[in-house]
Formats: sequence, structure tokens, C-alpha cells
Amino acid sequence: MKTLQRAGLALAAPVLALVVAGIITSLVLVAAGDDPAAFWETMLAWPENRSLVNIINEASVLYLSGLAAAIGFRMNLFNIGVEGQYRVATFVAAYFAAQAFLPGYLNTVATILVAMLAGAAWAGIAALLRVTRGVSEVISTIMLNAIAVSLVAYLLRKVGSREGQTIVTDTVPQSGWIPGISLFPDSVTDMYGLVFLAVLAGIGFSVLLNRTRFGFDLRATGHSESAAVASGVDVKRMVIYSMLLSGAVAGLIGMPNLFGVSHNYGSTIQTGIGFAGIAVALLGRNHPLGIAAGALIFAYLSEQANPLGILAGISPEIIAVTQGVVVLCVVIAYEVVRRYRNKLEQRAVAEALEAPGPSKEVTA
Amino acid sequence: MRRLTKIAAASAVLALALTGCGNDETGSTTGSEDICEGSSGNGPKIGLAYDVGGRGDQSFNDSAYVGLKKAVDDLDASCKEVEAGTGENDADREERLRLLADAGFNPVVAVGFVYSPAVATVAAEYPDVNFGVVDGYATAIKEQKNVADLTFAENEGSFLVGVAAALKTEAKNVGFVGGVNGPLIQKFEAGFKAGVEAVDPKIEIQTQYLSQDDPQQGFENPAGGETAATGMYDNGADIVYHAAGKSGLGVFDAVEAAGEGYWAIGVDSDQYLTVDEAQKKHILTSMLKRIDTAVFEYAEAFDGGSAPSGFVTYDLKSGGVDYSTSGGFVDDITDQIDKYKDQIIAGEVKVPTAP
Repeated sequence: MKTLQRAGLALAAPVLALVVAGIITSLVLVAAGDDPAAFWETMLAWPENRSLVNIINEASVLYLSGLAAAIGFRMNLFNIGVEGQYRVATFVAAYFAAQAFLPGYLNTVATILVAMLAGAAWAGIAALLRVTRGVSEVISTIMLNAIAVSLVAYLLRKVGSREGQTIVTDTVPQSGWIPGISLFPDSVTDMYGLVFLAVLAGIGFSVLLNRTRFGFDLRATGHSESAAVASGVDVKRMVIYSMLLSGAVAGLIGMPNLFGVSHNYGSTIQTGIGFAGIAVALLGRNHPLGIAAGALIFAYLSEQANPLGILAGISPEIIAVTQGVVVLCVVIAYEVVRRYRNKLEQRAVAEALEAPGPSKEVTA
Repeated sequence: MRRLTKIAAASAVLALALTGCGNDETGSTTGSEDICEGSSGNGPKIGLAYDVGGRGDQSFNDSAYVGLKKAVDDLDASCKEVEAGTGENDADREERLRLLADAGFNPVVAVGFVYSPAVATVAAEYPDVNFGVVDGYATAIKEQKNVADLTFAENEGSFLVGVAAALKTEAKNVGFVGGVNGPLIQKFEAGFKAGVEAVDPKIEIQTQYLSQDDPQQGFENPAGGETAATGMYDNGADIVYHAAGKSGLGVFDAVEAAGEGYWAIGVDSDQYLTVDEAQKKHILTSMLKRIDTAVFEYAEAFDGGSAPSGFVTYDLKSGGVDYSTSGGFVDDITDQIDKYKDQIIAGEVKVPTAP
């Protein structure tokens, strides 16, 4: 009974949040003069196989981004620089891979490591500023994002070449490509070969956080910095390590696309993944499985939004509203459920104290 | 931890909300005037896919819409417009094109070079559907019978407004505001500079791009356009030419604030016709990029059973680019501008495509 109740409460928050978000989105649609029924019909239709593949691909990338943000969050560090770290790392990786210093898949492996290093290095700037000069990582990572965009664009113009109206780096040698995996015979889209990177990163995150001394220190510092210091945790070192780790994971975000689809870094690279990752991490409560659920929900929403304009005549931008409302509702719902649970516990304790039977246990 | 969550949630929601707001304006425009809603002609079924922003920029995308409208009126076409979301990748764009093709739209016109890789992929999957890409380079990726890239000689048109600016500037100082610093907008810059220098190499030219590679910041950013143009006027320029889509609306706000004796030059559409009344007296001319012609002619050719393929270039010679005379501010110098125009058409003057 007790476990059932606990499980119910754990599920209550996300379900409550999704339902409320759905109601608010419907209200927005009605206010804008659109038809909510058509909206839900399109959104809830089972996606075509090719869309399922797109959802998985997008979710894997969002998941990596969410993990990168979550590592910082767990430690009370607000790394909003995932976007910049992802851009710098992807550019450096694409450039490195195109040089073909190593043959075949050795090049792929080395490139992934280079991407992690580049992402970590970019995040490391913010970490250094924080521990040596006390600069808030919120401010420094925002600024580093802007610098990253301009710096990469500048370097791209130095080393890249024109392709139509865009500028791209040289192509990664074909021997290092990771071909897509065909999930459905009738689907024209393939799953990224590097989807497993996201799975590996998730497992690594979980093990690191729950099974290592480092993970314990990280969580302890996140809960209470003073308590962590008192128990001998070197907070400055933790700040540096967790920022580096966060940046390294951010460096992975661009890899599935680099080796699977684009094979170069171009000026039309997808933007905003780093910011979406913050929302995804929040949605998933910084828990590895929760983030996966959050990434799937976000990917599902954006993929299903595609037909909105064509079939239902509704601007797909409404999905940005839905995503924002979902995040807001999740945060509120968890707070509501937390308070409700506290009240339940208090009542349970009070009942236990009043009841004649178990009072012995209490005194005992 | 909980405080952090709140801050994070607030920022995330704010970011998403701002994305929504930025595009809300275009959403409402789409609602007020929509040629596609209720269009049920027996002519071609045209699917038009916009890049970020969609209709309402009074420039690039709106020009494509004019062409679409003409196709509905003249060819009895029916149509569907679709907007892009922010932060998309090629997979999203491919899916949009597939949905249009699946829904029976043919031809499908993609507005913006960013669609080129997606069209190159999807056109191979739908050999019976014709795809046109405005500003595209899909042919360069993969040559296909059912793909046409509708490109423009923006450098030639920009040359002419550069000549106009050089002849009209009293401060001997002009400016150029570009959206995203890339090969496409550099064509505008190169042509404009060449035009100014052809008249008087001593004129100072200020150049500023709003973004290095973010289309949102480059083309959807009137505030940035206003800041950039205000800086140029403060720095001594009296004429500013913009090639920045919707951000150009900010350039017009700046010229209005600068007051008498300051000019702005529009782009893509004849912007004298669409700006606020108070700004009209500042719009010297506009570089016309006839996306409307390109879209209409593509649909017309398709209707006639001979949709083009490969690169189709619209230049001065074919009337694909030009300069506007609305407002009559350049009436006294049209002779001189047209002299350059003839020389370019005759091939005597070669206009560079990169600065």
C-alpha cells in the first residue's frame, strides 16, 4: 500500500503537468482562433515510421544536451553555455576529422575524444573564471556562447570553402563515417549510427553519480555547499571537474550528425540544441531516465508539429508555447506534489503518535 | 537546488516564450490576409515552404508571397504555405517537404537557400514532384531533372542602388547593413560597394553584419538593424542600404529618427510601398529582387508542362533584379543609373560577387 502510494505520487507530478499543459495549450489555440480538435488530432496521430526515426534521432541529441546541463545542475552550477560548447566542439571535431590524421574508425574515435576535449576546454574557461575570480558561471557562459558563435564563424571562413550559399569545412573521409541504421524497411530516414553514444553517456552519468566518490561529492555539494566543505570536499576542484565534464558531454552533441549525415561543419548547423537541453534536463529532474523521457517528449512534440501547418492550418510555432508550458507545469507540479507528500507524512506521523498501539514503538 | 530550478525554469520558459513572440507577428499577418485559404482552383497545387519568419517581413518572404498570389489569380492555382520553426535541422526541413509532396502539392517551392540540401534529398524520393528553391544550390549538390534553383544576380541590382547612393550622398559617406555574413549577403555588399566606387572611389563605405551565422539574429532582428543603422548615421553616413530581411524595418526606424536629409535604401521588394507613411520620404530607392517573378514563372512553366531544372538565373538582363523609382527621389539621376545598367547588361561592366 505504501509503495503503491509512493509510486502514484511520483507519477502524479509529470502526469498532472502534461494534462495541465495540454489544457493551457488548448486555451491558447481557442484564444488565437484555431481549432484545438484539429491540433490534438494531428499531435496524437501515430507518427509514420520515418517520423519515428526522426524522433529517436532528435531525442538522442537532446538527451546528450540535457545530460550536459544536468551535470552542472546536480552541482548547483548553471551551465547555460552548452550551446557554445557544442558549437566549438563540433567545429573543432569536423576540422580535425577532415585532416585524416588517423585511418578509418581510429579517426572517428579520435575525433570524438577531440570533440569532448574541445567542449571541456570551452567550459573550462567559465570554470576557471568562477574559481579564480568568482565570476558567476551564468554570466560567463552566456557571454562565452556569443563569443563561440562569432569565433567559430570567423574560423570557418578561414578554413572552410563555399558550398552554394553556405561555407563548410572539408568533408570527413568516408572511411570514418558511421552509416545510419535502417529501422523500418519502408522508412526513407535512418537512425543515427551514433545513437548509442547517447545511451553510453546516460549509463556513464548514472554510474558516475550514484556509484562513485566523485558523484557523491557532486551531489553533496549540490545539496549544501557548507556541509560539503565541512565533510572535506574541495568545492573549487569540484566546480572545475563538473564544468569540464559538462562541456565534454556537450561536445558529443554534434557527433551523431557529423559522422552520420552532414560529414562537415557548415554555417547552417542546427542552433538552439544547447538551450533546449536546459529545458529537457529540468523536465527530467536531472535524472538519467527522466531526461530521456524529457528528450523524447520534446522530440515528439517538434516532430509532430511538422504536419500542423499543412494538415491542420495551425502555425507550428504553437509547439514552442506547449514546450514552455510543459516545463513550467512540471516545475509547479513537482512543488505541489512535494507539499502534498509532506502533508501526508506529517499526518501519518501525527496519527502514529496519537494511536495507542504503535505509541509503544515510538517510545521504544 | 530548488532556487536554481526556479531560475532555470524561468529562463527556459522565457527563452521559449521569446521564440514564440518573435514569430507571433507573422502568425497574425498570415491570418489576416491569406490567399491560400479557400483557394481551390484547378491549376497547379503549389506548396510553398518559408524559412524562419515566414510572411510579414515586407521583404524577402513577402515577395515570394506576391508571386504565389499571382499564380493563384492568373493560373487558377491552389496553394498551401508552411512556415519553419526555429532551430531546425535538415531532417525537419526534409520532413516538411515530404509532407507537402505527400499531400499532393506539386510543384513545391522552398523559399531560402537553407532548403537546398533537404530538396536535394527529398526530390530523389519523389521523382514525379517538381521542386524549386529560391536562392538555392540543390543542383550543385545533386543534379536532378525535377529540381530548379531560382537564383538572382543580387550583385548587379545592388550595384545600381550603390550608384544611386553615390550620386545622392552629400556627406560622401554611406553604409551597408547585412543580415548574416555569408556568401549570399556578401553578393549584395560587393555589388553595392562596386557601384559606389564606380561613381566616386573616395566615398567612405561603412559595413556591418548583424550576425555571423544566426539567421534569427540576422534577418529577424529589427532592433539590431536599428542599432546598426543609427551607429552609421551617427558616424557620418547619410544613406544606408540594408540586405537584412525583416531587420531592415529597424533601419527604416533609424532613418526616420535621424530626420531630414537622411536616406535608407530598401531591398527585395519595393519597400517605399510598404513602410509607414512617415518613413516614405526617406526611402531613396529599393533594390528589387523579383522573387515574385521567379516563383510565378516557375509555377507558370510547370503549368505549361515544362518546369525548368538546374540553375535558373534572374539578372538585370532578364529583369530579375532592378531598382525602384517609387517616390521619385531618384528621378534626376535615372539617366546615369540606366547608363550603368546598360553597360552591365552589355557585359562591359563586370560586377564582383564577393567583397
